[in-house]
Amino acid sequence: MTESRSIRIEALTRVEGEGGLHVKLNGGIIEDVQLAIYEPPRFFEAFLRDRSLEEVPDITARICGICPVAYQMSAVHALEAALHVAITPEIRRMRRLLYCGEWIESHALHMHLLHAPDFFGVDSGIELAERFPDEVNRGLRLKKHGNELLEVLGGRAIHPINVAVGGFYRAPKRDELQRLIPDFEWGLQAAVATTRWVATLDFPDFERNYDMVALSHPDEYPMNEGQVASTSGLLIDVADYEGEFAEEHVAHSTALQSVRTSVNNCYHVGPLARVNLNFDRLSPIARRVADEIGFAPPCLNPFRAIIARGLEVIHAYEETLGILRDYRPFKPPRIEYEYSAGEGCAATEAPRGLIYHRYAINDAGKITFAKIVPPTSQNQRQIEDDLRDWLPNVMRDDDRQTASDCERLIRSYDPCISCSTHFLNLTVERTQS
Amino acid sequence: MKSPVQQTLPDIHRKPRLAVFKFASCDGCQLSLLDCEDELLAVAGAVDIVHFLEATSRIEPGPYDIAMVEGSITTPHDAERIQEVRRQSRFLMTIGACATAGGIQALKNWADHEDFLRCVYARPEFISTLETSTAIADHVAVDFELRGCPINRHQLIEVLMSLISGHKPRTATHSVCLDCKRRGTVCVEVARGIPCIGPVTQAGCGAICPAYDRGCYGCFGPAAQPNCDSLTSQYLGTGSTRETLVPLLHNFNADAPPFRDAGNRLRQPATPSSTGGRS
Repeated sequence: MTESRSIRIEALTRVEGEGGLHVKLNGGIIEDVQLAIYEPPRFFEAFLRDRSLEEVPDITARICGICPVAYQMSAVHALEAALHVAITPEIRRMRRLLYCGEWIESHALHMHLLHAPDFFGVDSGIELAERFPDEVNRGLRLKKHGNELLEVLGGRAIHPINVAVGGFYRAPKRDELQRLIPDFEWGLQAAVATTRWVATLDFPDFERNYDMVALSHPDEYPMNEGQVASTSGLLIDVADYEGEFAEEHVAHSTALQSVRTSVNNCYHVGPLARVNLNFDRLSPIARRVADEIGFAPPCLNPFRAIIARGLEVIHAYEETLGILRDYRPFKPPRIEYEYSAGEGCAATEAPRGLIYHRYAINDAGKITFAKIVPPTSQNQRQIEDDLRDWLPNVMRDDDRQTASDCERLIRSYDPCISCSTHFLNLTVERTQS
Repeated sequence: MKSPVQQTLPDIHRKPRLAVFKFASCDGCQLSLLDCEDELLAVAGAVDIVHFLEATSRIEPGPYDIAMVEGSITTPHDAERIQEVRRQSRFLMTIGACATAGGIQALKNWADHEDFLRCVYARPEFISTLETSTAIADHVAVDFELRGCPINRHQLIEVLMSLISGHKPRTATHSVCLDCKRRGTVCVEVARGIPCIGPVTQAGCGAICPAYDRGCYGCFGPAAQPNCDSLTSQYLGTGSTRETLVPLLHNFNADAPPFRDAGNRLRQPATPSSTGGRS
């Protein structure tokens, strides 16, 4: 007699947005693993059509309240490509500064409130604060700095209002940015202490032979531009992205899933991919801390992504300080352009991984086509693939414990289900046959 | 049957049980609670957070004393789920433009739903959605509505603290215009001719857009007694086109009646067939 069972997580917790997991087992054999995304579809690509291109950064921000800047940055770069607009070095620097704010805010949130509780068997960051008040309070302060930077430069932290096609509506005043320097000097030291702390966590012994994909840029740690690189040796221009990566629609998900078509395989995007592919372009202090804690690329343990996030927070603080100290107000804040029909694409690095946008516009400045590929839909199939390998390690008689161990793995990706819709509920099914 | 709207949280002599629920949305409004970095641990100490999927793995069944609802109703399943949330909640408040007015996804109320499905999904048959995106109050009684896309976290803390201390929560209903004056921002419409819907939009954001050299685009929805037609005819007289004004009204609070109807009236002469949206 073979025992077939199924494990279900109806609602994954400490992830952004809503989804579940359904695992079907037959004896010791895993028959199916489905990361179910039941987040209701919101049809952004459809209602962007016929809207003015100036509205696109405001509208696409609303895809995700956690990483609106990623959507805004990808949108403006893609539209500028379509309009043949070249931005100035000053605007480019301010966009990196804005992205630093989002990386700090999003990473500090995930590290302290969402991921760290897993290593201590508690339900939330709030509970964790009872055992580690100093660490959690430090994390909240780091998070607050990220938000403050977004508020000064973007107008507000969630759905910033200052991002425009061509640049910014208004360049920040010198004192608005200089006021932030003392907090960021404290924060750089705090980010180092946080990274040292997460490096001491007890990580499961689990590695996978990932194909990791991230932007790569010869001179800088990738945020707003670069080529698409992978640990298996791929190096292509962003314009060739759709030739190499495709989205597929499966029944259990309102998110589309991405695959690398040339090898018909899943791939891994996010902070681990970025660090592995761009380690030598991390800031000096981030590299020094990596050496000190013994973190060397390639790191293939998904649970250690929390360390990669820590290194990126250090990097973001260091880069922010450099920009804040040298800042002089600039003109113009925004490059003028004229409407012409065209098409453009761009990829940038959201906190949780590569994000790709492509738009077509007409000569009246209206959107005629939009395609948006968020990081989590690219990771979705990789997470399912990881779970097939992870499940034999964590299979117990108690389905709830098994489910909880699966959820830990999923959470290490910092999945953002709200934005992948176009993600998750864990269910384990056990029947006898 | 819809239960009567409550003014305050009934006296319960213990920490209120707080639940956060999500419907179609971006997560930004519930993130606003986690963004109260300075107050988060204090707030968490003043209430018992028993259901907040984004923040904790603790999941307890109802009843709940305070339910905060984010997101709009866009699927048959969610239309049923909100009924259960209402049954389990003493005081139900909506947080944000999606829950309060249908959100940006309410733009589909003006569109051909089948066309939208085909536009995004290769296999539309896998997707189950309603043809509309509607506010929570269209489905159940709502005790308090907190506006904004996103909500203002200071207003959120204020409302929560009022409820915990047994007071009726209040938020200002005046327009963004007034906050610009308080902030000392030069009017972008008067000085530079930039169309701005601050005069008809409820305050709450801090009047940020005009302070960043752009017009208000209505994140907090209609202010009290807004005269949208007067504003749009003024703008039409000073060089704005219907084509630029309709999207200003029909965006993040498109299905809030004053914005919806004023936008529809602007659309009408130009494209008689496009007067969709519910009325």
